[in-house]
Amino acid sequence: MTDTSTERGGGPPSSPTAPSRSFLSQLELDLRLLGMLGAFVLVCLVFNLMTGGQFLTPRNIFNLSIQTVSVAIMATGMVFIIVTRHIDLAVGALLATCSAVMAMMQVRWLPELMGWDLGNPALAWAAIAAGLAVGTLIGAFQGALVGYLGIPAFIVTLGGLLVWRNVGWYLTSGQTIGPLNPTFQSFGGINGTLGEGASWIAGLVAALVAVALLFSARANKVRHEFPVKPLWAEIVIGAIVAAAILGFVAVLNAYEVPARVLEREFAARGETVPEGYTAAYGIPYSVLLLIGVAVAMTVIARRTRFGRYIFATGGNPDAAQLSGINTRWLTVKVFALMGFLVGLAGVVAAARLTNHSNDIGTLDELRVIAAAVIGGTALSGGIGTIYGAILGALIMQSLQSGMAMVGVESPLQNIVVGSVLVLAVLIDLIYRRRVGGK
Amino acid sequence: MPLDRTGQTPLVEMRDIRIAFGGVQAVDGVSIDLYPGEVVGLLGHNGAGKSTLIKILSGAYRADSGEIRINGQKIDIRSPADARRHNIETIYQTLALADNLDAASNLFLGREITTALGLVDDARMEAETRKIMARLNPNFRKLKEPVSALSGGQRQSVAIARAVYFNARILIMDEPTAALGVHETAMVADLIKELKSQGLGIFLISHDTREMMELCDRVSVMKNGKLVGTERVEDVTEDDILSMIILGKNPRREAAATA
Repeated sequence: MTDTSTERGGGPPSSPTAPSRSFLSQLELDLRLLGMLGAFVLVCLVFNLMTGGQFLTPRNIFNLSIQTVSVAIMATGMVFIIVTRHIDLAVGALLATCSAVMAMMQVRWLPELMGWDLGNPALAWAAIAAGLAVGTLIGAFQGALVGYLGIPAFIVTLGGLLVWRNVGWYLTSGQTIGPLNPTFQSFGGINGTLGEGASWIAGLVAALVAVALLFSARANKVRHEFPVKPLWAEIVIGAIVAAAILGFVAVLNAYEVPARVLEREFAARGETVPEGYTAAYGIPYSVLLLIGVAVAMTVIARRTRFGRYIFATGGNPDAAQLSGINTRWLTVKVFALMGFLVGLAGVVAAARLTNHSNDIGTLDELRVIAAAVIGGTALSGGIGTIYGAILGALIMQSLQSGMAMVGVESPLQNIVVGSVLVLAVLIDLIYRRRVGGK
Repeated sequence: MPLDRTGQTPLVEMRDIRIAFGGVQAVDGVSIDLYPGEVVGLLGHNGAGKSTLIKILSGAYRADSGEIRINGQKIDIRSPADARRHNIETIYQTLALADNLDAASNLFLGREITTALGLVDDARMEAETRKIMARLNPNFRKLKEPVSALSGGQRQSVAIARAVYFNARILIMDEPTAALGVHETAMVADLIKELKSQGLGIFLISHDTREMMELCDRVSVMKNGKLVGTERVEDVTEDDILSMIILGKNPRREAAATA
């Protein structure tokens, strides 16, 4: 949306081809994005130094990625919620309800009802469909209470925080439900990865698509006779993006499956590991899922009427209404989408733990809101980006696991994370004031 | 009533409109009309009911009773979208722009141009915005910036462009020059004259009696939710209008009645 447009970066309005512009400004990069990337890189480097190189190993990067997915998926939905000037405090509790429904479906209800074997892949898909439906419906219900009955979202979801966690408890009678179906577990991270070859193919496709999008956007601008940045700048950005994607794939591919895991896998098929055989994990399915969500949510935010109305309503609810936008129904849709994403995050969270426990998703509402806010979503509404929220989730997770690796006590970890949240918002406020935004 | 209008169907007729909020009768049995190519001014103190009356026409409020006719046909306006369908466009006092979006997004808000895939076509909307702005306000350049970065006059031209682009036949302007400087006010006045010559009917709300005398063909004065009277501007003086606003009666007509 508009807050990503670099022209907003202040300074005198210079013509787009003015020769006086610096190298960086010719690239027309988003300053806030650069700042956040800088903070992320700094966090990584500092922890890498403090852990003697343990932080930036392929294994830890792999773990960081899969730990971030669940919160990051929900954070993208929270961006829309906060942009429309609402809040959702119930996401962690709703995740527990969705997870409970999915666990009960695959471990108790369906096997008893249909007589399916616990390892039947259909169980996983039926359970996921049920979990997503429950999340979407509960989200829509909360949205209707906010949009049509006018109860503040803070209150509706504060109530939901208590209600849904304990609805989850009743569904399972407070028991831990597991082990979950193997197909279901493959969405958790380490138990479901693309492997080396497919990861490279996925990376190459992603890089090509990214570069193609850059140039088609440029062609579109040229067609409408809008100013474009110099071709070399476009190429530099394309190269950086492609290198980042392939670099990420290379790191994940460098994380090799431990020898004893391979032995176990081969033994299960009655074979032995061939001499010198190695295999890499590659991209986890859960990370692919997050990337898919990120792309879809970005398209919704920038290229659909739904997204346009979300931002318009956040910027000026009265103007949106006078423009003929049904802001009440919009609220229902935004909360339903949040609920759907909570269901999706529930799949990843439960699959990663390999079972459902009642405390799943505890305090996730705070992590999700913090990720969105650190990622530049303004609580006053109207401003926020999907990539920002994901980066925010990644920064939070890096801080948390970095401190754990360094051996910081857990109370101090929380003190640091809390302080970082407040500091990040302060820095963002100062930045916005200086560039003259709101 | 102007003589040359006899036999002609009014573009808009609002008859015996009533609306109450709580116990307050905000608009109490008001009837006004508007002909093509005419500017009708609505005058009155704050709280006289001008804005409320006009919001009924633009779909923001629904009248408790009364009827609205467009070109002689009775219509039902339940929402801003209904009003737009009848080519009624409104420029609000508060401008009704989403500050965080750019000019093109605001201009097309609620009526975005989409591609074959159903995605919003920002490039085309920006190109269209460029075109219409070149006509309305050639100095307008900040197409990519959120409208919060624009001056009052620039924001006003975005709001006016929105009405003009979608072929408004009935234009409602609520204090269009209240936030503007001298130069920008003149620009808006010129624009009103141009739109009028194109055959649009315009309802204009303002506190500035002199401005109204200059721009309007007729003025309707309201007080405490009731219509005091409608006069052709050439039949009255500024003082007559002021006493209609303040005292709720037209001294000239009173004199004529007692004579």
